[in-house]
Amino acid sequence: MRAPSLRTLAIATAIVLVAGYALAFFWAPEDADQGFIQKIFYLHVPLAILALIGFMVAAVHSIQHLRTGDPVHDVRSYVSIHLSVIFGVAVLLTGAIWAKGAWGVWWEWREPTLVSFLIVFLLYATYYPLRYSVEDRERQARYASVFAITAGAFVPLNFAAVRAADPFIHPRTFSSAGGLPGEMLLAFLVCLVGMALLWVSLVRFELASKAASADLGRLRRALAPGETMPGPSSRAVAPVGVSTASMSADTPRERGIERA
Amino acid sequence: MSAYRAILAKDLRIELRTLRSLPAMALFATTVFVVFRFALDRTTLGGDLAAGVLITTVLFASLLAINRIFVAEREEGGFDLIRLAPVDRTALFFAKASALVIYLLLLELAAVPLFAIFFLDTAAGLPPLAPVLGLMNLGLALTGTLISTIATMSSARDLLAPLILLPLAVPVVIAAAGAAEPILAADGPSYEHFGRWLAVLGLYDLTFLAVGYGVFDFLLED
Amino acid sequence: MIPLALAEAESYVGAAYLVFVTLLLIYLAIMAGKLERIQRELRSLAGLAERPREEQR
Repeated sequence: MRAPSLRTLAIATAIVLVAGYALAFFWAPEDADQGFIQKIFYLHVPLAILALIGFMVAAVHSIQHLRTGDPVHDVRSYVSIHLSVIFGVAVLLTGAIWAKGAWGVWWEWREPTLVSFLIVFLLYATYYPLRYSVEDRERQARYASVFAITAGAFVPLNFAAVRAADPFIHPRTFSSAGGLPGEMLLAFLVCLVGMALLWVSLVRFELASKAASADLGRLRRALAPGETMPGPSSRAVAPVGVSTASMSADTPRERGIERA
Repeated sequence: MSAYRAILAKDLRIELRTLRSLPAMALFATTVFVVFRFALDRTTLGGDLAAGVLITTVLFASLLAINRIFVAEREEGGFDLIRLAPVDRTALFFAKASALVIYLLLLELAAVPLFAIFFLDTAAGLPPLAPVLGLMNLGLALTGTLISTIATMSSARDLLAPLILLPLAVPVVIAAAGAAEPILAADGPSYEHFGRWLAVLGLYDLTFLAVGYGVFDFLLED
Repeated sequence: MIPLALAEAESYVGAAYLVFVTLLLIYLAIMAGKLERIQRELRSLAGLAERPREEQR
């Protein structure tokens, strides 16, 4: 089965997200405990779940990268982490707003999900300086993959440890999706699927942009060998895209030198 | 196995001869204790503060050692040697991690009694602390070796290793401090959730043992 | 726990969703910049490709 095109994905994302939030705001009942502020739940929790899944996906891509050496997997791992970090920023910001609205404080150390997320975010934020500090492309990719695998193993451990640190089950937990009444659960699930589609769409979007840049690099080298792309040519932080030729067929990869 | 022993023996011999890391770690720990005395404005510590000061001090002292474990390999081409030698490269990983465990153990043999002298009312909490610190040492050594390998080949190595290691060390800190807090209580040790915290530490150690074993080869590739 | 008065709660909910939309739009803006760079490069390469053919005529 051919993977759906980016356009199809984007349209599906829009439809499902709109449906999900329409359900959340116009159909699902208001929470008896927290009131209207609970509506943030439909945004914050799917973002968090997707970010965590994204980090796991990145680890899987990295395992593939180490096993095969194909840089395609490294680019996918990088983009997965990149987007999950962005989702993570959204999680922390929406979490803080929810905490302020529900409990009157901008931060709550006893909310294990929020705290775990902060730690995970701090760890993955080091991914960028790590990549930036290794010049050799292949080595950079390999080290990044090792990091992604290590960090991926770390995430569940971290959640377990933080949760264990809080001896009491606080009545004010964010993410208790269990015990949700039916309409809330359905709205939540639709939002979750919508966020998943959004994550996948953005990943594909970013991968397409990198692939295009890589193809342009090949073109420029073919037309004007010796010249580099005009514009600031700083040391590339991110892995350059892998050109579409070597993404669809397993031809020997080409090296890109321009920043994607 | 013999490669492991050879590398470990060499590292320990060099450390004992040059004393590059151990005295610095001990001195560092002592000074940090003094800093804490003034930063917290306390002359005795018990329970959660005692656990916190001790664990944090060991953690930061370990960063000193972790930053330095590959200095010799980097400067004298030890990485090339192990790449060329017909041995399992993960021997290097286990040897370096073992060396770190030993350094941390030696550090704690000096620092923990000193900590007790400085801050504790009763030394009864020290023996049960041993398994906690032991598992913590192993966890820090495993992730420390892994991250140090990455950082060693990068350009920002002194900054990168602590930066990546500290978030990674958080579960260790949580579990070690969680176990140590009731043990170091001012009125005598209690063992609240002791088994649970040891289990978390053990799980952490096992996980990164497996991860390190799985990925270390790839770090050494040219 | 007393739920907030509706108007206040609404502004928090609104702020949270606004943060999300803003991040999304910032991302779009950055990608738009990348697209423009790609377009510029493509244009210059098209010029390069057409030149030798003209020189051959």
